[in-house]
Amino acid sequence: MKQLVLQLTGEGGALAGVPYHLVAALAMLVFGAIVVFVFVLPVAGVTSWLERRVWARIQSRVGPNRVGPQGFLQWLADGIKNMLKEDIIPTAADRVLFSIAPYLVVIGFVATFAVIPFSSTLVIADLNIGVLYITAVTGLVVVGVLMAGWASNNKWSLLGGIRSAAQIVSYEIPAGLSIFPIVLLTGTLSMQGIIQAQGWAPWHWFLFHSPFTFAAFFIFFVAALAEGNRTPFDLPEAESELVAGFCTEYSGMRYLLFFLAEWGNLYVIGAVVTTLFLGGWQIPHVTDNPVLLAVLQFGVFFLKSYFWVFIAMWVRATLPRVRVDQLMSLCWKYMVPIALVNLVGTAIWMTVVPARVDRLVQIAMTLAGVAVLVRFFLRVRFQLRRAKLRAVDYYYSPII
Amino acid sequence: MSLGGYDVEVQRPGGLATEEMTLNMGPQHPSTHGVLRFIVKADGEVMREAIPDVGYLHRSIEKIAEKVGYHGFMPYTDRVDYVAAMPCNQGWAMVSEKLAGIEVPRRAEYCRVIACELNRIASHLLSVGSMGMDIGAYTPFTHALREREYINDLLEDLCGARLTFNYMRIGGVAWDLPPEWVPKAVAFLDRFEPLIDEYNALISYNKIYVERLANVAVITAEEAIDYNLVGPNLRGSGVKFDVRKDLPYSVYPEFEFDVPIGSGEVGTVGDCFDRYMVRINEMKESCRILRQALAGVPEGSVLAKVPRKFKPPAGDAYVRVESARGDMGWYCVSDGSEYPHRVKIRTGSFTATSIIDKVSRGLMLADLIAVVASFDLVAPEIDR
Amino acid sequence: MYFDFANVLVFLLLGLGLSGMMLGLGRLLRPSNPLAPKLDTYECGEPPTGSAWINFNIRFYLVALIFVIFDVEIAFMYPVVAVFRDWLLSGRGLYALAELLLFIGVLAIGLVYVWVKRDLEWVKQLPAEQPTDLSRAA
Repeated sequence: MKQLVLQLTGEGGALAGVPYHLVAALAMLVFGAIVVFVFVLPVAGVTSWLERRVWARIQSRVGPNRVGPQGFLQWLADGIKNMLKEDIIPTAADRVLFSIAPYLVVIGFVATFAVIPFSSTLVIADLNIGVLYITAVTGLVVVGVLMAGWASNNKWSLLGGIRSAAQIVSYEIPAGLSIFPIVLLTGTLSMQGIIQAQGWAPWHWFLFHSPFTFAAFFIFFVAALAEGNRTPFDLPEAESELVAGFCTEYSGMRYLLFFLAEWGNLYVIGAVVTTLFLGGWQIPHVTDNPVLLAVLQFGVFFLKSYFWVFIAMWVRATLPRVRVDQLMSLCWKYMVPIALVNLVGTAIWMTVVPARVDRLVQIAMTLAGVAVLVRFFLRVRFQLRRAKLRAVDYYYSPII
Repeated sequence: MSLGGYDVEVQRPGGLATEEMTLNMGPQHPSTHGVLRFIVKADGEVMREAIPDVGYLHRSIEKIAEKVGYHGFMPYTDRVDYVAAMPCNQGWAMVSEKLAGIEVPRRAEYCRVIACELNRIASHLLSVGSMGMDIGAYTPFTHALREREYINDLLEDLCGARLTFNYMRIGGVAWDLPPEWVPKAVAFLDRFEPLIDEYNALISYNKIYVERLANVAVITAEEAIDYNLVGPNLRGSGVKFDVRKDLPYSVYPEFEFDVPIGSGEVGTVGDCFDRYMVRINEMKESCRILRQALAGVPEGSVLAKVPRKFKPPAGDAYVRVESARGDMGWYCVSDGSEYPHRVKIRTGSFTATSIIDKVSRGLMLADLIAVVASFDLVAPEIDR
Repeated sequence: MYFDFANVLVFLLLGLGLSGMMLGLGRLLRPSNPLAPKLDTYECGEPPTGSAWINFNIRFYLVALIFVIFDVEIAFMYPVVAVFRDWLLSGRGLYALAELLLFIGVLAIGLVYVWVKRDLEWVKQLPAEQPTDLSRAA
């Protein structure tokens, strides 16, 4: 983008003579707006629709299927509906804080997209502290949630907000510590740098680099789910306990903004996981055409990150919710110590283990990962086969 | 303590003062299972007390009985416990028959048992499903409700209604088993029985689920008896008492079935998990009873001759039936007229509310939900 | 690099603008019909008992405190882990490793201390059992 701006304002460019800073600012705004409106909003919206469909499938229901083909436009309908809803601010609430809380949450999630590397070229800002930036800027969400919970002057909101604060800040520790092994391996905090240090093949991914990174991956994913307030850690908005948690008093668009951020964050989780552990946009060398390359890389990155979004949906449909004390002890008594061990282990690994053994371990880890997957599929297949048998036996034709 | 040679007294506040928060949980709360209210005093997330406040659903059903007569009261009994309406039907029918000394045809008794047991499975399915939902797992709820729909289909074939059945009559049942209904019901059982195991695999032994339920709100057998718990709540505490077995009525003595009790398999006997597991196991036992009953339905009529102007002789009668929520007592005083003089219904949910405050002290707010769900409270049954 | 940081700033503004736009557009479209019962605080259908703005349980504060300590240490560790590889390649790996271990060791001791002090428990002690006082129900 910088090159483009330089070209435009340089000698013989279309905008020669216009101040460089003005053009640069305009370019940033245009590109940013494109990313936000063409990618971020639809992804968050479609995720909401897809989650409901996936959920419905798992729960043997149908799910939203009326608006558009297969209900694909449900998210637009929901958005319009919520936009037309009255915005209620309770008289007992702190008006100012109540109003600005959704802004903080949305900023905290939109801003992360600035550093997500969709391909080797498609990245808005390749910060040299990209990873740190992401962990920092997602912290805005907790401020927003806590603010919403406190400002509502509602006991359910307060409990939800404070739970959320305690939960998100606690899980930032294992998440942060699980990023360190990767940073140790690459020696850079840039998202692009981390991806470039990996390869397209699974055995080049940091996931399978050593047992420590393998463990770090799971710690990071679980902690990221907790930070995203996803089941089994959806205590802040635990419907059956706290009514709607921190957003109990919210209605209409303000309410929707919280959920826009939640679903958007789901994708961010997937993208960060893909970047750190799964080789990001790396593809084998197939073409030199820059446009085609960008498209392919973007596709690979998107699929990989969306896979984890799907996993998060799956987990949400499967697991019950932990209790707040269990949540805390899981974080501090299991994940933080394991993450510390991972960090130390990776550092020692790098110092001690020679490169040749490293390669062998990577292959072995990949095979172990494949074995786990195969075992998992065999189990699932077993269940599927049983389900089918029974369906035939049954008198009624199954509804779904 | 000494400071620069001078003795100073350090003033320390007696710990940072935190206020107790008074929370109204209910009546409009997603998981109080109807319009039930708890006044919770909480210190942070820990409950100091949780006092149930009942009466939001009071419809004076017992009083209505005095105005509508014996036959006319039958549809109202459905509303006592709409989740398991069949045992309520049966209770009212039995108490009226006992007053008037009516003999019920055997085929009708079989129909009653079949309907009641199907209804018991449906009720327990709702209970265990909403237990999962209250703990935060939504999938088991929909899976349980899917099976419950099949039962509703069966019961709809039987009596035309899916929730408030109004199936039984004084002296028998309203309708005979429809043709081809028995194989249908057996087909359902064939499908359903393995699904209980699948349900266990799906959620019951899930690590988080067990952690949330095991050792929570432990009720010893003595406490359970002292607080007058009945049904699965009592059996969850390890007391083997089932009205169907110990004070047999209808044709239950003819069937072979076990009375599952809480074993403390993942925690202590009498915790939430045991109460939950008793319901799961009771569904299996109900399937056993159903299989025997469906295989042996005798021929004959399903309704004894009962005058339209039903006037039982003066006197009183008390019957106990095992509803899905346990020992349900029906007491009726007749003054010899067409209308009952007094009716009193004793329900399991109502007595279960009395122990909630005791067991929930010192638990987390989230545990209250689990406790309420584990008692399988149905708000209309509490208030009637 | 300034270009990139300016970009990030633009994104923060875009986030603000996005929510502002959605709420602003809604403001033009949505009805506004505030009524006193509608603006009441929700407490499950009952009139709220007191305010929610109270002195809250100290547990949350302790968690926050532990978090701050750990998070600051993590912030300190970012530069260390970022240059670890360079040190390793330039042959000072063991030196860097020892420093890292020392630092994490201190951190781990802190964690163990908090653990032993039972400050990681959400409920430190259960309250003593009190007899049920149903007269307070009203």
